[in-house]
Amino acid sequence: METFIHRIDQVGAQERVSRLFSRSIKKESKIDALNTVLSMIDLTTLEGKDSPGKVKQLCYKAAHLHDQFPNLPSVAAICVYPTMVPIAKKALENTNINVASVATAFPAGMTSLEYKLEEVKRVVVDGADEVDMVISRGKFLRGEYNYVSDEISLVKEACGQAHLKVILETGELVTLDNVRLASDLAMEAGADFIKTSTGKVSPAATPPVVLIMLEAIRDYYKKTGKKIGMKPAGGISKAKLAIQYLVMIKETLGQDWLDADLFRFGASSLANDVLMQIVKQSTGVYQSANYFSID
Amino acid sequence: MSQREDIKKTYKLYIGGKFPRTESGRYIKWVDANNKGAVNICRGSRKDFRNAMVTARDAFSGWCSRTAYNRSQILYRIGEILEGRRSQFANELILQGSSKKEAGNEINQSIDRLIYYAGWADKYQQIFSRVNPVASSYFNFSYPEPTGVVSALAPNNSSLIGLVSIVAPIIAGGNTVVVLASEEKPLCSITFAEVLHTSDVPGGVVNILTGYRSELLDHFSSHMDVNAIVYCGNESEEIKLIQENAALNVKRPIVYTDENWLSKNVQDPYRILNTLETKTTWHPVGI
Repeated sequence: METFIHRIDQVGAQERVSRLFSRSIKKESKIDALNTVLSMIDLTTLEGKDSPGKVKQLCYKAAHLHDQFPNLPSVAAICVYPTMVPIAKKALENTNINVASVATAFPAGMTSLEYKLEEVKRVVVDGADEVDMVISRGKFLRGEYNYVSDEISLVKEACGQAHLKVILETGELVTLDNVRLASDLAMEAGADFIKTSTGKVSPAATPPVVLIMLEAIRDYYKKTGKKIGMKPAGGISKAKLAIQYLVMIKETLGQDWLDADLFRFGASSLANDVLMQIVKQSTGVYQSANYFSID
Repeated sequence: MSQREDIKKTYKLYIGGKFPRTESGRYIKWVDANNKGAVNICRGSRKDFRNAMVTARDAFSGWCSRTAYNRSQILYRIGEILEGRRSQFANELILQGSSKKEAGNEINQSIDRLIYYAGWADKYQQIFSRVNPVASSYFNFSYPEPTGVVSALAPNNSSLIGLVSIVAPIIAGGNTVVVLASEEKPLCSITFAEVLHTSDVPGGVVNILTGYRSELLDHFSSHMDVNAIVYCGNESEEIKLIQENAALNVKRPIVYTDENWLSKNVQDPYRILNTLETKTTWHPVGI
C-alpha cells in the first residue's frame, strides 16, 4: 500500500484549536447547536458490568431524552458490547435510533483476525447497524501498515451493509504524525467513519487529535470525493466542549459534516449536560442533575 | 536610594479553592471610610455563581462524608489561623469604618464563633436525633443529614463577623456553600477566604463571591442545584423574591433578620439545624 507520511505541526495544531475554541456561540445559534449535538450522540455503555436491564434503560433514555421537551431530537445511536446487541435491537424497535456494537476484541483488539471477523459477522446478524472496530495498534506501531490496512478491509467486507467505524485509539498512537497516517490508512481501507478512542485509554479524544483527523478527512474528500464520517469519543461530557467541536467541524469540513450521518459524539454523560443547557436556555434558570434521568 | 513601592493586594473571588478574578472582568471601586484610599472589588456575575455552584456540588460528597469530628477539627483550625491574622483583619475593619477597639472585639467574636460551631460540629447530630414511638414492631428513628449545597447572602451591615456567623453553621452541618459577601464592607471576605484556604478546608466547600446583591439575588435563589438559601437582611421585596424562586425546586429558604451580629443571640445549634434535612428510618424489631 502506498503511504504518504504527513508531518504534523504540533504547535500549529494546538494554536488552531485554541483559536477555534475561543468562538462564542450564543442565543438561537446556541440552541440550534445544542439540538444538533443531541442528534449526533452515540449514547454509550461499555462496561464489564453492563446488564440487559442497564441496556434497556439506556435505550429508553435514547428514545425519551427529556419528555417535558417533546420536540427534542433523539440521539443517533446507542453503542454497546456485542452480547447486548439483540437486547438493544429489540428495545429500539419502532425508533429510528441505530444500534452500534463494538467488535474485533474491543478495546485492545488482541486476538486473531479469524475471531475478529467471526465477531463482526455475528453482531451484524444480531442486528447491529454500525460496527465500531479497533485497529491493531501494536502492529501499527511496529510499522506493519499493510497488516492493519488489510484487517480493516476484511472487517469492512464482513460488515456487509452495516457502517464501519474504525477506532484508531489515538491515545496509544503517541504522535500526531501517527494519527494522520492511521486516519489515511483507515479511510483508504474502507472505513465509513474514523473514531478517536475506545474511551478505555487516557488521553481519549483531545482537540488537536480531532483536528488532525478532520483535516485527514478533508484531504481525502478533496482527493476522492468520498465523505468519511468522524467520531470523537471519550472525555466529552460537557455541552460547551461539544459545541466547540461543532465549530471545529464547520471550519474544517463545512456544513455538510454537521449531520449525524457524518459526525458523532461517543459519550455517556454528554446527553444530560446538553439537556440541562437546553432547559436552561428556555427557562433562564440553571439546572440540577437531580432532575434528569440517569443514563 | 529609591522609595519602595507598596505591594497592594488584589481582591479576587474565592471559587473551588482558587482565587480567580470575575469572569466578567467588571470591578466595583470601593472607597474606604476615610475617603483616603480605594480598591477594586470584583463585581461577580451570574457565571461566577454558576462556576462556584459546580465546585460546591463537586465538593459536597467529600465534605459530607467526612467524620463530624474531622469537620469539627477543621472549624477549630479556621479559628486558629484567623487568630494569627488579627492585624490584617484589624486594618481592614478600620478601613471599613470600625474603631480600633471595635475591630478587636469583632475579631475576638469571630474567632469565638468559629470555636463555638467547631464544638457543635460533632454534637448536634446526637442532640437532634431521636427515637420515635410507633405502634408497631419497628424501631423508628430520625436524624439530621446535610441538605446539600447552600447559597447564602451574608449580612450587608457586617463584614467579618456576619460572614463567619453565616458560613460556620452551614459547613458544620456538612453542607457546602456559595456565599455573597457584604456589598458595603467586602474587604474581610477575601482575606477570610485566605484563612479558609490555609485551614484544611477542601476547595469548593466554601466559595465566596463579591458583587451586587440586587444583581445576583435572582440567580442565588433560582438555581435548581441549590438545596437551601440563607438570606440575611430585611428587605421585604427581596425576601418575597427568594421565597418565590425557592418554590421552583422546593429549596429551603432561611431568613435571618438580625441586626447585631456581635451579639451571642445569633449563635445557637438551631442555626446548624436550619440547613439540615431529617431522615427517618423504620427498622423491623427482632430481626
